[in-house]
Amino acid sequence: MAKIIVVTSGKGGVGKTTSSAAIATGLALQGHKTVVVDFDVGLRNLDLIMGCERRVVYDFVNVINKEATLNQALIKDKRTDGLFILPASQTRDKDALTMEGVQTVLDDLSKDFEFIICDSPAGIEQGAQMALYFADEAIVVTNPEVSSVRDSDRILGILQSKSMRAEQGKNVKEHLLLTRYNPDRVATAEMLSVADVEEILAVPLVGVIPESEAVLKASNQGAPVILDQESNAGQAYTDAVRRLLGETVEYRFIEAQKKGFFKRLLGGK
Amino acid sequence: MGIFDYLLKKGKPNTAAVAKERLQIIVAHERRKRTEPDYLPMMQQEILEVIRKYVQIADDQVSVQLEDSDDCSVLELNITLPE
Repeated sequence: MAKIIVVTSGKGGVGKTTSSAAIATGLALQGHKTVVVDFDVGLRNLDLIMGCERRVVYDFVNVINKEATLNQALIKDKRTDGLFILPASQTRDKDALTMEGVQTVLDDLSKDFEFIICDSPAGIEQGAQMALYFADEAIVVTNPEVSSVRDSDRILGILQSKSMRAEQGKNVKEHLLLTRYNPDRVATAEMLSVADVEEILAVPLVGVIPESEAVLKASNQGAPVILDQESNAGQAYTDAVRRLLGETVEYRFIEAQKKGFFKRLLGGK
Repeated sequence: MGIFDYLLKKGKPNTAAVAKERLQIIVAHERRKRTEPDYLPMMQQEILEVIRKYVQIADDQVSVQLEDSDDCSVLELNITLPE
């Protein structure tokens, strides 16, 4: 039986797809056979972030409609062993994903994989609810910013009331992943701190990803940022994956950088 | 932050603290709404009508809240009567 983990946020643009790609890659790198599923029907983007956009032939909706088999639609990642991608469809039909269809596909994937990562669309409507419904665990991606934190709280409410586990009286295990974190701005009291967001949302932390130029560079090239182990963001994602697997890992990149005397005097970055 | 910034930003407000306070209030409010039973708004409306048979009050002068504690729920009814 695979563990199903949804990557969700409510708000758009906070880093769901970047995080899904990085975490799925990280799990595969640690030796766990993983598939990452794009639930964003109509606005497929995971394929671009994973760098497999030209290899998409069949998609999630084709499999649900039995126009293709699961094995025909699954794309084997070229960089990382044991990693597969199930792309979303570009159809404009929002109701293309049916509950029964999604359940059948996830059940089939469950037989072959250890982890199923569901990359949720933004919003709190049908697509997002479908992505989280079958989840055992949830990674709530949040930016240290008011609208993102509020929307994360809404999506937590939906996880606790409208997921399958909630309907069965069980819990979905929640993890907070703080992204685009800027320790320098936290130090000058311009940005909510890790502790602030943890206190407001009351969800255990799994990772803090610093704001990093490496993220754009990675998406430009279609290589998940976790593969860039020279970057802070890549290392922070590796730490988050290890915590997800139950390890205790100390937090890095959450303190402001100490600057030299002259830099401080002149205000250089 | 350089010496020039330092000279320019005397008494700059702590905006992160403002954000935290606003979030704590709105999130607590929205959580309460999420967990309250759906008959509550209707009940509030009917209570308002009953009171209006005797005293004229505005909509916002009645507040109904359900507080859940460990082993019981408390329905709190707050009516502000005009002077």
